[in-house]
Amino acid sequence: MNSFSQGFFKAFELILNLNPDLIGIIFLSLKVSGLALIIATMLGLPTGAVLGLARFPGRGLAVSAMNTLMGLPPVVVGLFVYLLLSRKGPLGFLGLLYTPSAMVIAQTILAVPIVTALCHSAIVNVDPIIRQAARTLGATPLQETVALIHEARYGILSAVIAAFGRVMAEVGAILIVGGNIAGYTRVMTTTIALETDKGNFELALALGIILLAISFIINAALHAVQRKGAVPSL
Amino acid sequence: MKMVLSHIRKEYGGKTVLADCSAVFEGRGTYVLMGRNGCGKSTLLRICALLEKPDSGDIAFFSAESRLPQDLLLRRKITLALARTGVFNTTVMKNVAYGLAIRGVSPAVTKQKVVQALAFVGLEHKKNQRALTLSSGETQRLGIARALVIEPELLFLDEPTASVDQENTEIIESIIRTMKKDGRATVIMTTHDREQAERLADRLLVMKHGRIEETPLP
Repeated sequence: MNSFSQGFFKAFELILNLNPDLIGIIFLSLKVSGLALIIATMLGLPTGAVLGLARFPGRGLAVSAMNTLMGLPPVVVGLFVYLLLSRKGPLGFLGLLYTPSAMVIAQTILAVPIVTALCHSAIVNVDPIIRQAARTLGATPLQETVALIHEARYGILSAVIAAFGRVMAEVGAILIVGGNIAGYTRVMTTTIALETDKGNFELALALGIILLAISFIINAALHAVQRKGAVPSL
Repeated sequence: MKMVLSHIRKEYGGKTVLADCSAVFEGRGTYVLMGRNGCGKSTLLRICALLEKPDSGDIAFFSAESRLPQDLLLRRKITLALARTGVFNTTVMKNVAYGLAIRGVSPAVTKQKVVQALAFVGLEHKKNQRALTLSSGETQRLGIARALVIEPELLFLDEPTASVDQENTEIIESIIRTMKKDGRATVIMTTHDREQAERLADRLLVMKHGRIEETPLP
């Protein structure tokens, strides 16, 4: 218990002193997860919109697949990306294994189904009368689609925030493909795992507190977005 | 603009909703299409507003005796205020501005027209309020303002007072009378309320058994 409280005290000291190692790890975490989120949004939002708006054979199957992939085990994704990027793998010639790029790829794979499935859900839940209203006012089919997506904007933002929460807290996949190399691929979650193994709880706790703070901010943002977008009860 | 319906027929799942509807609508004024709930009034309005196609028959629009193609240009000269107004999740002002925004009207002109339209329906004091917080009567008036702001030549109103209280019914009826007085548009509205139909109509049409019959006003 004593070492626990000492750990907390030292953790706050590291945070308040803006420890360069700590700052570097936080910055890399945000960079990798942020990039993965941008790519996942660029892929997931149009896919979710197509699944929500278009009618084509196999659409139901595609939606079910996306919903299933939301629960992808990170270590399985890590293994898959590892095999893909390892020297003997199909993409081994790119030399991306144990680089931040490999971590971005793994996190993107984890985030795309979340963004896609939640964007699809946000779009299909828009009242169909919105499309009719836009049409009666003279909208073209494209303008109708834009109106629908605009109406789903709070749900779409929630999808992006939820995906960010997932990738920020992820450890299994990036540990496998990033290798946890100090100053290069070491991020918050992998550092916590390593430092805990070494018995060095101070840095692990400091990062844990920051990760919790980020998680809290994400949840608060999500809650605020949902409250703003909620249909008021009259 | 003149609208001619010739032998319009529409079925849903084997049930005939419109059997043989023919009518001519031309000149400014208020046409009231009356009939019981489920008699096909809304379906006919949706066909007139080009939201749906009839199974058979013809709907034609004329300007100075030349038939207009049924394209986006025509669709932007007619509009339908739905019985249940589809409100965008934004402010009252942005809701009303939508039709102008998609036509590429400048923000300054849009603002001016929106304020005028909101004043016309008595909602100018709620312009910055979130539209989803309006009462059902106010929402219906918002739907009318949103339709009016685009200055349509033909305005269809589907049961504009069906789900509103007495006070809002009177306000909406007053708006329709003012539109008629100003000659803003040809208004074609539906109602199931005979007294309301007689109060507002220049021409009264009754829908029975999927057909339109013109009825003289008392």
